[in-house]
Amino acid sequence: MKTENQKAWLFVLPVLALVAFNALVPIMTVVNYSVQETFGNNVFFWQGLDWFEQILRSDRFQAALGRQFLFTFLILIIEVPLGIIIALSMPRKGMWVPVCLVLMALPMLIPWNVVGAMWNIFTLPKIGLVGYFLNDVLGIAYDMTQNPFAAWVTIIVMDVWHWTSLVVLLSYAGLVSIPDAYYQAAKIDGASPWKVFRYIQLPKMKTVLTIAILLRFMDSFNIYTEPFVLTGGGPGNSTTLLSIDLVKIALGQFDLGPAAAMSLIYFAITLLVSWLFYTLMTKDDAQ
Amino acid sequence: MAKITLSNLRHSYMPNPSGPGDYALKEINLDWRDGGAYALLGPSGCGKSTLLNIISGLLVPSEGRILFDDKDVTDLPPNQRNIAQVFQFPVIYDTMTVRDNLAFPLRNRGVDEARIAARVSEIARMLEVENMLDIKASHLSPDNKQKISMGRGLVRDDVNVVMFDEPLTVIDPHLKWKLRSKLKELHQRVKATMIYVTHDQTEALTFADQVVVMQDGEVVQIGTPVELFERPQHTFVGHFIGSPGMNVLPVQERAGGAMFQGEQIVLEGETIGEGGLTQVGIRPEFVSLAETGLPARVQKVSDVGRHAVVEAMVGDTAVKAIVEGAVPEQGAAVHLAFRPDQTRLYRDGWISTEARA
Repeated sequence: MKTENQKAWLFVLPVLALVAFNALVPIMTVVNYSVQETFGNNVFFWQGLDWFEQILRSDRFQAALGRQFLFTFLILIIEVPLGIIIALSMPRKGMWVPVCLVLMALPMLIPWNVVGAMWNIFTLPKIGLVGYFLNDVLGIAYDMTQNPFAAWVTIIVMDVWHWTSLVVLLSYAGLVSIPDAYYQAAKIDGASPWKVFRYIQLPKMKTVLTIAILLRFMDSFNIYTEPFVLTGGGPGNSTTLLSIDLVKIALGQFDLGPAAAMSLIYFAITLLVSWLFYTLMTKDDAQ
Repeated sequence: MAKITLSNLRHSYMPNPSGPGDYALKEINLDWRDGGAYALLGPSGCGKSTLLNIISGLLVPSEGRILFDDKDVTDLPPNQRNIAQVFQFPVIYDTMTVRDNLAFPLRNRGVDEARIAARVSEIARMLEVENMLDIKASHLSPDNKQKISMGRGLVRDDVNVVMFDEPLTVIDPHLKWKLRSKLKELHQRVKATMIYVTHDQTEALTFADQVVVMQDGEVVQIGTPVELFERPQHTFVGHFIGSPGMNVLPVQERAGGAMFQGEQIVLEGETIGEGGLTQVGIRPEFVSLAETGLPARVQKVSDVGRHAVVEAMVGDTAVKAIVEGAVPEQGAAVHLAFRPDQTRLYRDGWISTEARA
């Protein structure tokens, strides 16, 4: 007879406690706030799902959500193809490999708020290198502190600079794992470079690309620090992304109820899109 | 289908080779008949894959020419040489179905769809993969994947040569035998020139009409499996082919004969040349236990099923003999007899006795 042994729980327990304290408890606090109203003094009034309804109906939320989706869409549509192209053009062997890898990894090593501050100084219209060059040398009117379009271009370029490397490195890892025989076979089969990409490189990169897109989606959808430091959400509200708006409501206005409801909606959207994407991408493999 | 001629071929992976040691391939001259089945046999690192890549055009040789039907193709890229190659690990296009995999080389060459469909079903019938045509290729087992890569090579009916680079490495032993006989059968049906690279003597000897044995970038012997077994031109061939390999025994040459451990050895014929390092080569199959002959002491007896391999010490040299029936005990004193017509003198590794007429 096999004896039941419950000792394994002892090994899981520390992790369980850790997850409880750093995830479950804080999230439940948020859930708690999201259904109540408080006027301070630790007095709470039951509110039901009112906050959720109010948030979902509010123009402010919808606008921020729209900006958030636009931002993430632009990031993915630029960084993923660009990352693949850079990975494809990187050398596969030789002395330049480590040089390229280090250069690629550098932007990712810089702390997020430093990136924001760097780009802020870099692009200020009068004193920044780019700002000065565009305005006074090329004569292109550029002011990311005044012009919403310029502000958008700046945060997009900053994110591309900061995070395209992630797509590059992951794609590159997929590419170097392809044995030479595949390329040789394709040559012998008379495949064009496009077909080599379509039928050999892309399928071999699929797994890592799925992860890269997923990470880029989650990070760009939840982005806060860099645009906050760079534009502070302005000019006006033009670069107020969802996370910036959320912090304004929670810590600026101290509206804990609506902020909690908004957090949960935000979280649910991130989770849902990630799940949908992952399920769709891995559907073929499961069959 | 084509005749393949390699003329004065040399290759070095270094930009400025200075001595013969820098060459991965040393001076190769070969003529391969149209429609023949050839094997390139040799240990790892002997240059057989280099030679194969030169024929397929993946590598440009440092010196020499390659001719297909007397047409110089040395500078042509692989896709213009009309060749097919099957690699060590099955190369398939994962996202395509088996049918699309087989059709791929034809589609790339703009063959019309009706012709493609006919060729694909013909090849699928030959390979016995008709029931898998609509499965995604990534879902196949390794042996079926390898079949599909072979199929991609055979689907074009205008290929000059189909090359196999150790294609059975990743296949389970019991399926190896099946695929090997399938290959042999395919060769007889499609009549393409085929070159099979391997380090496995069984694969080489069962597949090929002619085996090219290579060592250290050199062709040591070209011959039918029987020739390689019966009259190795070099001690390497004798040792590499056969299980166990040929006995190679150090001898002193004396007045047209050979002295081994103080005993006279009768050779198959007159010796040629003089000097150098002399050795006698005799296969264990032709060494027998006898009443008289070389005195020896049995060191080890291994029963390999059909027969036993007896390893006996003559002085300080081990001699292997294949013995059927009763075997002596370990430590027993025996006498060994060499069959004279299978006993040859090798000078610096190369054969130097005349065959008996």
